[in-house]
Amino acid sequence: MTSSSKTLTAPAVVVTNLVKQFGRFAALRGVSAEFAPSRLYAILGDNGAGKTTLLRGLAGLTPPTRGNISMLGTTNLRSVCGQLGYMAHPSLLYDEMSGMENLGYFARLYDVNDKDRRCADVIRAVKLDPSLTRPVGQYSQGMRQRMSLARALLNDPKILLLDEPFSNVDVRSAREMVSLLAGLRDSGKTIFVVTHQASLLEGAADEFVWMEAGQIVSRTPELRPAETRLETR
Amino acid sequence: MSSVVGLTRATLAKDLRLEWRSKDAINSMLFFSLLVVVIFSFSFDPTAEESRQIAGGLVWVAFLFAAVVALNQTWAREMRNQVLDAYRVSPAPPNALFLAKVIGNFIFVTVLQALMTPLFIVFYNLRALGPAYQLPIVAVLGTWALVVNGTFFAAMSLRTRSREIMLPLLLFPISIPALLAMVEATGAILTGEFSAKFWIVLLAAYDVVFTIASLFLFGFVLQAE
Amino acid sequence: MKRVFPILAVLTGVLLSYALYEALIAAPTEQTMGDVQRIFYYHVPSAWTAFILFFVNFFASIVYLIWRANKADIVALVTAEVGVVFCTVVLVTGPIWARPVWGIWWTWDLRLTLTLVLWLIYVSYLVLRRFSSSGQTPLLAAVLAVFGALDVPLVYFSIWFFRTQHPQPVIGGGGSIDPRMLHVLLINWLAFSCFAALVCWSRYRLEVLRRDVDETLALEALLDPQAGQPRRAQTKTSSTGSAG
Repeated sequence: MTSSSKTLTAPAVVVTNLVKQFGRFAALRGVSAEFAPSRLYAILGDNGAGKTTLLRGLAGLTPPTRGNISMLGTTNLRSVCGQLGYMAHPSLLYDEMSGMENLGYFARLYDVNDKDRRCADVIRAVKLDPSLTRPVGQYSQGMRQRMSLARALLNDPKILLLDEPFSNVDVRSAREMVSLLAGLRDSGKTIFVVTHQASLLEGAADEFVWMEAGQIVSRTPELRPAETRLETR
Repeated sequence: MSSVVGLTRATLAKDLRLEWRSKDAINSMLFFSLLVVVIFSFSFDPTAEESRQIAGGLVWVAFLFAAVVALNQTWAREMRNQVLDAYRVSPAPPNALFLAKVIGNFIFVTVLQALMTPLFIVFYNLRALGPAYQLPIVAVLGTWALVVNGTFFAAMSLRTRSREIMLPLLLFPISIPALLAMVEATGAILTGEFSAKFWIVLLAAYDVVFTIASLFLFGFVLQAE
Repeated sequence: MKRVFPILAVLTGVLLSYALYEALIAAPTEQTMGDVQRIFYYHVPSAWTAFILFFVNFFASIVYLIWRANKADIVALVTAEVGVVFCTVVLVTGPIWARPVWGIWWTWDLRLTLTLVLWLIYVSYLVLRRFSSSGQTPLLAAVLAVFGALDVPLVYFSIWFFRTQHPQPVIGGGGSIDPRMLHVLLINWLAFSCFAALVCWSRYRLEVLRRDVDETLALEALLDPQAGQPRRAQTKTSSTGSAG
């Protein structure tokens, strides 16, 4: 489901010839793409395809070996990092603190206004209870994923980078997360989701981006059945 | 600038709260410090006269070993669940994180010293013949010297193999002038034979130089993958 | 440039031989210490050479931090390695000299102690270079070099004052030096400097070649998807949820 057709707007993210090598291993081998704003992109591919490396590059965590990344119109990623939300496979949370305490701290990092209310709102948005005093380390994996997503949403980012947000989450919660993401996309956010569970995003994602061996091999608006997936060049 | 101060305070508060909640780290460190004092006392059993002369060296070497064990823990919490990435991705200035870690370590090592010092006094029958008020000054400046570089090198060690051994390997050579100053100053105060003033000034200079250098260069270290 | 290297090599050979002759035969015998003193012509120039090399390392590290120039990183690596070797020479010749003359192996002599601390700092520098992951090595090493350089004046002053409070023998004697001995000293220093330059240059060229090879291999891996990739089973993406 895409939003109504827009007049030509500047792309939210532009990647030009992005190369990332770790020693002799090339994780990204020349990725070039433009990503329009206010879209939900599903990034798919086998293990080792480079999905996580691409996401970390966009987040500014891994400087590229070669090539350029432009976010929100600038190549100085540090200047726009306040408008990014990032979520990875590890929870990026402190196990010994409760959800509110965790988010309270991260809200300070982003200088969020009206901290406590924002934290509570965001926790409720992922269908968790803000008054829960249990330390995050004792959460179930699914709850931890959702709290991690809440952390990524704290600063109301324009661009969301989510790495495997649905792994270990039960199907119903996953569907709720997807509709949450779709709603965020409709309100103008650009969302990148790396996942192995492509079917969850069927109907919600605007585009499915397939990666293989460090390159983008196809971009399709629909999730095609496995048999007709384009072969790699 | 105010954001750095505010963030430092918030990060420090968070660290202290976390430390308090997982008390096992503190407890084991305290016990380790006690062991160090006892082992040293068995190894060096001087007369009261001799002990005043060598106590400076003994005490600070013992503090150094305890500090290294504590410093190795510094960043461990940030590496669990890769929380450090959350900080790196945010617009928060790296210096706030560094200062919070240094101050946290300073508090931690001072607590260890507070435990170890009375034990040393007891085991070695120590008594200051010189101006005793200078001892806390030496303690503060000396501890800061160890902790500011220790925290910095601990962060550097994160990107290396064998990170536990990397920290003392990097820290000890650079700390030599500070260690010499701490030991000599303590010895001077205890024996009352020399003035510790030069050493105190040297320690202060060391602290200033390396605090500024660390603040300048920590950003590079944090952003290194 | 290709001709300069052999010329330098020949010049170094000539200078070293001449310096050796001067040091061991032509130089006048010291009146109190005798022939043992001749080790002075190795001890002191090695120290000076090491200090110069470390100074170049500091400079190259700053250049790397500001401009991220790969060549600056190689210069830093090379000068650190050769500097450590010369430092080792100082630390070995010092005690060898001290023992027969003053009866002690070691003393907190200013130059000797400073050399020891520099040796420690730069060995830790080399260990850091070896133990860090290759992408980050130049940056971390450059930062450490800056810290080391900032440390040097503090080390100097701390040892200097220590010696005023705890008087210790001075290796190498203070005071004036016979002009003929000074001449031999400077000849040796020139020879050592040429030798250091020669070795550094060779090592530099070697490192440049090594990095070229690495880059070529990395480029190959870039173009060939099969090279260097971790083994993984070829699976089609399933449309039902599957573990990551």
